[in-house]
Amino acid sequence: MAGHFEATPGGGAAVALDEVEISILRSLAVQLLELIGPGDQPAEDADPLAALFAEGPSKPPCDPALARLFPDAYGGPGEPAEGGKPEEELREFSSEFRRFTEMDLRSGKREDALTVVRTLDALSPVGDGGAVLTLTADEALRWLRTLNDLRLTIGTRLEVSDEDQGEEGSLYRLPDSDPRKPMVMAYLWLGALQETLVETLMP
Amino acid sequence: MGQVSVATPLEIERPDSAEEAFQVPEPDVPWVTLVHNDPVNLMSYVTYVFQAYFGYSKDKAQRLMMDVHHKGRAVVSSGSREEMERDVQAMHGYGLWATLTQDRD
Repeated sequence: MAGHFEATPGGGAAVALDEVEISILRSLAVQLLELIGPGDQPAEDADPLAALFAEGPSKPPCDPALARLFPDAYGGPGEPAEGGKPEEELREFSSEFRRFTEMDLRSGKREDALTVVRTLDALSPVGDGGAVLTLTADEALRWLRTLNDLRLTIGTRLEVSDEDQGEEGSLYRLPDSDPRKPMVMAYLWLGALQETLVETLMP
Repeated sequence: MGQVSVATPLEIERPDSAEEAFQVPEPDVPWVTLVHNDPVNLMSYVTYVFQAYFGYSKDKAQRLMMDVHHKGRAVVSSGSREEMERDVQAMHGYGLWATLTQDRD
């Protein structure tokens, strides 16, 4: 079970993590929370009802990683196509969509990452600092999405492309002196972890 | 012999069909959700999302995933604009890169 998830009865999953892995995962999840940001958290003295009707942003985030986590809903590659809607209209539709969905999406991703932090904090490490993390089906799904969000974020920072993938890809052949090396190692490790978690959840 | 009454059809004024069509603001063309290729998302994860969210069979989910991977994108669902916005939002929740568009093909 060390380093990879296994299915547990009841649809959950379990993995044995060592002290360093627990600390890296927690730190990455906290960084993701900081990136996604409190955003729509109302101030303490704010009218709680106001938050219900607050609108999200209308423009895509400037940060490339956030822009990847919250992409435009209209106008993907190849658009506007001939005979399709003009670019300006697609931008308007995307803004409208963003205003009504981005806060929900952000709070969903935040809840997922918070579940990762909480489940890690609930571990009772044994002598060497390692522990077995056991997740319910709901926690496993939240972990799965957070692992993916982390890989999207790190992948955007590393500017990962299709050519980098696979055993022959350049990501695997970085010299130890490359400053990107630690982030690449984390990226690849998260990918392996996510892969084994997907396998346990496959319907 | 009693009188036989013949039911006369009431004359109903029908709206001019051409005029009616003219009043529809947009042609009733379905919308589709597109998922785009992405160098980060795992193939197994994309397949999982198609199965878990849309309830597609493993075969169909894998076929769509391979289309995304090789052709750059795939139509994963179709319906009204509202339904497609819901699907796109769900895909973004899973971290997949999705957009909606009106199906012109």
